[in-house]
Amino acid sequence: MRIALFVTCLADTLFPEAAKATVRLLERLGHEVVFPAGQTCCGQMHVNTGYQAEALKLVRRHVRVFDPYDVIVTPSGSCAGSVRHQHATVARRAGDERLAEEAGQVGRRTYELSELLVDVLGVTDVGAYYPHRVTYHPTCHSLRMVGVGDRPLRLLRAVRGLELVELPEAGQCCGFGGTFAVKNADVSTAMLADKMRHVLATGAEVCTAGDASCLMHIGGGLSRLRTGVRTVHLAEILASTETGGTAAAPGITTAGNSSGPAHTGEKP
Amino acid sequence: MTAARRTFLGMPALAPRGVGHLRGEEPFPAAARRALADTQLRRNLGHATATIRAKSGAVIGEVPDWQELRAAGSAVKAAAMARLPELLEQLEAAVTAAGGTVHWAADAAEANRIVTGLVRATGQDRVIKVKSMATQEIGLNEALEEAGITPVETDLAELIVQLGDDRPSHILVPAIHRNRAEIREIFLRAMPGVDPALRGEPAALAGAARAYLRRTFLETKVAISGANFAVAETGTLAVVESEGNGRMCLTLPETLITVMGIEKVIPSWQDLEVFLQLLPRASTGERMNPYTSMWTGVTPGDGPQSFHLVLLDNGRTAVLADEIGRQALHCIRCSACLNVCPVYERTGGHAYGSVYPGPIGAVLSPQLTGVEDNASLPYASSLCGACFDACPVKIDIPSILVHLRARHVEEQRERRKVPTAEAATMAAAAYVMDHPGLYAAAQRAARLSRLAGRRGRGLPPPLSGWTAARDLPEPPPQTFRDWWEKRGSTDEQP
Ligand code: SF4
Repeated sequence: MRIALFVTCLADTLFPEAAKATVRLLERLGHEVVFPAGQTCCGQMHVNTGYQAEALKLVRRHVRVFDPYDVIVTPSGSCAGSVRHQHATVARRAGDERLAEEAGQVGRRTYELSELLVDVLGVTDVGAYYPHRVTYHPTCHSLRMVGVGDRPLRLLRAVRGLELVELPEAGQCCGFGGTFAVKNADVSTAMLADKMRHVLATGAEVCTAGDASCLMHIGGGLSRLRTGVRTVHLAEILASTETGGTAAAPGITTAGNSSGPAHTGEKP
Repeated sequence: MTAARRTFLGMPALAPRGVGHLRGEEPFPAAARRALADTQLRRNLGHATATIRAKSGAVIGEVPDWQELRAAGSAVKAAAMARLPELLEQLEAAVTAAGGTVHWAADAAEANRIVTGLVRATGQDRVIKVKSMATQEIGLNEALEEAGITPVETDLAELIVQLGDDRPSHILVPAIHRNRAEIREIFLRAMPGVDPALRGEPAALAGAARAYLRRTFLETKVAISGANFAVAETGTLAVVESEGNGRMCLTLPETLITVMGIEKVIPSWQDLEVFLQLLPRASTGERMNPYTSMWTGVTPGDGPQSFHLVLLDNGRTAVLADEIGRQALHCIRCSACLNVCPVYERTGGHAYGSVYPGPIGAVLSPQLTGVEDNASLPYASSLCGACFDACPVKIDIPSILVHLRARHVEEQRERRKVPTAEAATMAAAAYVMDHPGLYAAAQRAARLSRLAGRRGRGLPPPLSGWTAARDLPEPPPQTFRDWWEKRGSTDEQP
């Protein structure tokens, strides 16, 4: 199948390993991945901060760039949610019914990674190998906006060598919320503290999720406290194989921290 | 005659300043910061919300058609709001025909004037009150006290708040921020005739309140209530409560005055069926509500012989005028959204400034007052969506929050000659992101700037809010885009 990758601005700029892993994984499963170069950002940050006029441009760009593709995948529940549930609303609010219509169609063809794998490609065992103790945080937008349900868990359970431990109070927000984390930094930190407490209680070595943004938040906190627990995007775990190396290897850490391998030479 | 008709001419009025409790004294982040440091509050709230969540979740799980019920509740409310003026006039006619008197109050000041005048006319100087959000919203107790009338709250939690000279912090459990020990202290300090040997067990505390309230019920001739529902077709008012205090207030006194937000009207008796199933399970986690009192006008020889209904607008017509925001008027005040909200759970209700806290407060208060008077509230959410899932009438709170943020930005843009720093940054970011060449250059620049380090030393606010507790991610050596280009398979496009 020919699949267009909507990489998201965050993964493109700061967490390319999650995006590369998405490509490797899909190619390993025998699919063709294309990367429409005109893509930038879905505009979610603008929408959620109140800048809809600015977001409108980005919605228009996104729709134009992805309109030619039948199947679009993104390694982010949040950006999938934005494309599916916000784009048409932004267009409609600006009085552009035609764009709203087109945005709706692109949204319906856009899948979060675990949805694409389980629902469209029909696989739960992707042939991955990842010998680590892992806990999964279902990000709010994966869980409630996109509704991925237990798909990520089913995928993780099929990974060889992986010991999956349940995260207590898993459904509670980690406190990221985009600009919420800076506008309401104190409340956000209080939420993060509880999320970290639960992650640490699992004794896991790795906390995974389907969103680089929430992992950046949780990972940033875990790193600051030198907890020795790192965050790794779901795609990186699923892309890991016995022969191809795993995300524990240098260079594939997502929101790395002091315990994770530094691959830039900078000592944290 | 009718305020409803009047308010449909021209721009609907907002809730006025200087009266009532819809505006806080400081922005949410500042108030929240203080609340977060109150360890007792954090413990009380964490425990209380977790308990209600578990209880409610269990009884909702028993209902196989919960989603259909939610859809029905949402549809009934949407249909009612679509013909609100008509329903209100129908309600007025039915209540009047049943021997009641209907008053229309455009705002808080007018409602307070009407109620105070009605109490004065009875010659009484004390009233008993059934817990009501509408009367809290308009600051009725203060207005009564100013007129020399003593209001006595009869809901246990509301009584704790009143005796403690405190403000409610939850729609349903106004004293959720207090624990037993604190309640005992408040009773000992402020409850008339309390036993000085009062102990701190729940039963002892409830017993003390009961003894005090019984006396008051029997000696007071005027009661003031809110309403959960008003049936237009029959003119029936409904109050649902758990303690029986409401039943006493609604039946014992000679005069009953009900203050009701205009959005509480529903078309028919049959519609109650939906809400009386939704409300208790979402709200207190009960299968059926313990005390459901309904009355229609005046029944000769039975219950209050004088009944007044005050229909309150106070900004609601303005909410109705907003196509996206109007859903907030569907709220049945169950407080489920508060109980599941990770922000509310940590800050409590006072941080929201308004009597309406939590997610519903964050979308309702700014609409009633005008967004600029409560501009920080739409941002008091991580948009996690737990409120939307929990709401028994399916109010899409996250979408309203996002919409109100946009209204705030648009109003700022109109008011200011010079854009805010945030607006300038957002506009620049959007410009760059709409030009892939610039975008790629900016990505490389971001990657190269390691000046701040992972701890973000020297970063200005608001970014320093992030690095106060979190490290920054390590910039990767190469963006995805560059990696892909080197692989040589980009799908070229405009
Ligand atoms: S918004 Fe919904 S969940 Fe919140 S109090 Fe109102 S009815 Fe209940």
